[in-house]
Amino acid sequence: MYAFDYKRPKTVAEAEAAFAADSDAAFLAGGQTLIPTLKQRLRQPSALIDLAALDALKGITVADGIVTIGAGVCHADVAVSADVRKAIPALADLAAQVGDPQVRNRGTLGGSIANNDPAADYPAAVVGLDATVHTSRREIAAAAFFTGMFETALEPGELVVKVSFPIPRRAAYQKFRNPASRYAVVGVMVAETAGGMRVAVTGAGPCVFRVPTMEAALAMNFSAGALQNIQVPPDDLNADLHATSEYRAHLIGVMATRAVASIA
Amino acid sequence: MIDVTITVNGETKTASVEPRLLLVDYLRETLKLTGTHVGCDTSQCGACTVQLDGRSVKACTTLAVQADGARVATIESVAAKDGTLHPMQAAFREHHGLQCGFCTPGMIMSALALVERNRGAVLTEAVIRHELEGNLCRCTGYQSIVKSIAAGAKAMGLAVGDLAGNI
Ligand SMILES: Cc1cc2nc3c(=O)[nH]c(=O)nc-3n(C[C@H](O)[C@H](O)[C@H](O)COP(=O)(O)OP(=O)(O)OC[C@H]3O[C@@H](n4cnc5c(N)ncnc54)[C@H](O)[C@@H]3O)c2cc1C
Ligand code: FES
Ligand code: FES
Repeated sequence: MYAFDYKRPKTVAEAEAAFAADSDAAFLAGGQTLIPTLKQRLRQPSALIDLAALDALKGITVADGIVTIGAGVCHADVAVSADVRKAIPALADLAAQVGDPQVRNRGTLGGSIANNDPAADYPAAVVGLDATVHTSRREIAAAAFFTGMFETALEPGELVVKVSFPIPRRAAYQKFRNPASRYAVVGVMVAETAGGMRVAVTGAGPCVFRVPTMEAALAMNFSAGALQNIQVPPDDLNADLHATSEYRAHLIGVMATRAVASIA
Repeated sequence: MIDVTITVNGETKTASVEPRLLLVDYLRETLKLTGTHVGCDTSQCGACTVQLDGRSVKACTTLAVQADGARVATIESVAAKDGTLHPMQAAFREHHGLQCGFCTPGMIMSALALVERNRGAVLTEAVIRHELEGNLCRCTGYQSIVKSIAAGAKAMGLAVGDLAGNI
């Protein structure tokens, strides 16, 4: 690691001010992505602005049909939250499948979506459940938040504060895990929401995306069979040593079918 | 340099550290607590697992400054002062939960956290394997580790269920 300074602001305003004073700084949440990146000398921030002391980023609340999770809440706390489990079991299931216990004890919701790794799980929940991302400056709809591989709508210095997930009528997440890293080779969130059917896919493409053909079929007939003849074209999907794009395209169907079967 | 106060194995320590100092290096190099191992240094193997405020974390993926004000427990705190092994350690010895022993400190720290997470539930083989995903072992093939953890958990008062004839 290159040397860096370290700041631990106590409020969102102080964190924003720390960044405004030093725009080569980086926010630090759980560090489960950032610290490995620093160790590999892939980034050289002048300072880390640690978000751990920010109360505004903490806590889980359920009210008026919406589950709101602070950006600083770790995956383990979402996984074991009785409130989340009751309101949106698919979200607790998703959090329980991120990485391993040690990663879940440190890694946070905010860090995951700000990083927007193409194989991360949370983007599928944010888009699949039509969540809203509340930042230090504004509210961003799920559809506008993830803009490309490792890219988001966040501006420099803008903080994710919390994410609100409207409770769906039913939802399920299925993931084909990379057996070594546990990241999603393909992960699919299927949800029946007040606004309609949603199928969100992570791991398969450069960035989370929806599958309108599947959504239309499920709207007509919510059953695993409804997805049987739907093919997702492999053209723009990822190909790497773990899976070809054709295999990922196939897995989307398999994971979506399993998700539907578990709640149909 | 940043001043940190960390309670390590019950003793409060203060130090002035570089922000980039990893918690594992603080433990091993500064405090000479070399029971915590570095296997991969890339967040994969869990040999560096310690407990931070009671939760298992990878000390190679945590900065010492992030532990400021917290309690850290390492493998050195597990056995009694007179050397008597903790029931989890005794179970690893009894059930061949180690061969070379390199992964063992991390395995034990993960196992102890696993037991606490599952208080009140019935521990199964599937749960042990799922919750051990952050710890790699190059020797044992895991079978004997799973067996050891089940036995250790039982000795710590946990109900242990379905173990596919392992124990
Ligand atoms: C071994 C291993 C396995 C993993 N497996 C999985 C997996 O299966 N699925 C999965 O989804 N992820 C996985 N991860 C990643 C893990 O979920 C990370 O915790 C997560 O991606 C980043 O969260 P963090 O809190 O650690 O963020 P950090 O590493 O602290 O930060 C990541 C990035 O986000 C920025 N950031 C952090 N918080 C905020 C905020 N509130 N506002 C704005 N920017 C912010 C930081 O500046 C940084 O650029 C794995 C990681 C490891 C080490
Ligand atoms: S040394 Fe920390 S995970 Fe391998
Ligand atoms: S006993 Fe050798 S690595 Fe596990």
